[in-house]
Amino acid sequence: MKVLVAVKRVIDYNVKVRVKADNTDVDLANVKMAMNPFCEIAVEEAVRLKEKGVATEIVVVSIGPKVAQEQIRTSLALGADRGILVETEEKLESLAVAKILKAIVEKEQPQLVILGKQSIDNDNNQTGQMLGALTGMPQGTFASEVVVEGDKVNVTREIDSGLRTVGLTLPAIVTSDLRLNEPRYASLPNIMKAKRKPLEVVSTGDLGVEIKSTQTLVKVTPPAERSAGIKVASVDELVEKLKNEAKVL
Amino acid sequence: MSTLVIAEHDNASINAATLNTVAAAKAIGGDIDLLVAGLDCGAAAEAAAKIDGVNKVLVADDAAYQYQLAEVMGDLVAELGKGYSHILAPATTTGKDFLPRAAALLDVNMLSEIISVVSADTFTRPIYAGNAIATVQSSDAIKVVTVRATGFDAVAAEGGSAAVESVSTVADKGVSAFVGEELAKSDRPELTAASIVISGGRGMQNGENFEMLYKLADKLGAAVGASRAAVDAGFVPNDMQVGQTGKIVAPDLYVAVGISGAIQHLAGMKDSKVIVAINKDEEAPIFQVADYGLVADLFEAIPELDSKL
Repeated sequence: MKVLVAVKRVIDYNVKVRVKADNTDVDLANVKMAMNPFCEIAVEEAVRLKEKGVATEIVVVSIGPKVAQEQIRTSLALGADRGILVETEEKLESLAVAKILKAIVEKEQPQLVILGKQSIDNDNNQTGQMLGALTGMPQGTFASEVVVEGDKVNVTREIDSGLRTVGLTLPAIVTSDLRLNEPRYASLPNIMKAKRKPLEVVSTGDLGVEIKSTQTLVKVTPPAERSAGIKVASVDELVEKLKNEAKVL
Repeated sequence: MSTLVIAEHDNASINAATLNTVAAAKAIGGDIDLLVAGLDCGAAAEAAAKIDGVNKVLVADDAAYQYQLAEVMGDLVAELGKGYSHILAPATTTGKDFLPRAAALLDVNMLSEIISVVSADTFTRPIYAGNAIATVQSSDAIKVVTVRATGFDAVAAEGGSAAVESVSTVADKGVSAFVGEELAKSDRPELTAASIVISGGRGMQNGENFEMLYKLADKLGAAVGASRAAVDAGFVPNDMQVGQTGKIVAPDLYVAVGISGAIQHLAGMKDSKVIVAINKDEEAPIFQVADYGLVADLFEAIPELDSKL
């Protein structure tokens, strides 16, 4: 079974995000970039499926600037077999990303597509679901467990009220949540090996996808800051403050 | 202008987040219709008809919608939504699951988790785990939007008298099925609806120690939450997670116990009216957002707090 994994280059998880002084966007100049953490979990899941003998080939696709090759190489070092970069300098909205991925799906014909449930930059949580709609594939979003059996996959999903398992007919889409697995670190020999794995670069034009933008970022502002309050010295003082000052008890 | 709001419900009653979503629809303006899709969901539809400000309730009552699976819901919402200027759903795990499918079928983009309405085509939403707020304008013919409940004051659940109308359903393609569920059972209020939330973090050390928080919560009528660290460590189940990737809460009082305060956690609770932090590490970032901080060993402070309330 072929597995397609989509990965995104985003600001590193540990970087403190700052809004630009002119409020046009966040400041990404000279900021460390990395693979979106949910995408890393998606890659790891595909690699585990291959180790179990369920997956036979893992293809990783990323859409972004030339430097996004770094995130594809990271995926290859983690165990993916080959990469595709859809190179574009444009900032794409989710629907455009889903349309590009649909074109890749049509070309590659994977049985399973795994994506992160959301990227930590725009926090949209849309692309996997949109890809599902465009390809007609069923989806298991916010996955904490993925079990492939024959032509079906059972996906356990983290939902507001607990856990829910859905059974999907392959080909299907899975979006990863935090507890699906703990991604491994790439070993040095695997990093070296990854450099020789195939990485194809294509353009959106090659795929015949027309990119259309419908959302304008009017401005970006810092959130309302909460100022630190006071330290209380004892439980008694805390109870007194909550009762008489904050009046919440 | 007219808005279709997708109600979240359990076939018998309407989930509170629906009321906040109707409030967002009101802020947009125009007629508001509500869709209740489920199985034997007459009682939920009746409750929906009473919601303040609702013009009409559309009911899709069919076995296909029993579990509101994304595939059938996406198809249905895309079909019914065609005549509307806006389609809104609560930003719950259900709304987030099916609404992007509907948007893609309508060939439009989508706005996730809005926290305010600037105008009929412009909205604000948090990005980068709440470290920035984006104002986004949409030129799509149909604005498809999920609504973060904490951004809008709920409309009244009673007082309306909307007409209830059955709608024809869309065929289930049969590619997905419900297999099973493990639902949290608790007599405590729901995390997202509670006026007091007490959350525990890694400092709780294990699941048994959460009993202290449950006991205190029962005394106060509070819900109990947890940080990602506590959920990852297996102390408590995932449905208790408060934070960027868990639940977003904004109660009158939030008590963070043994939680250091990673930005992803703060993103889920920093709109609470009053925040209390109890942590033995006085450098913990949680103190930077707390109205009242108590530097103390939680294993002494919580029993003492319990005894004094």
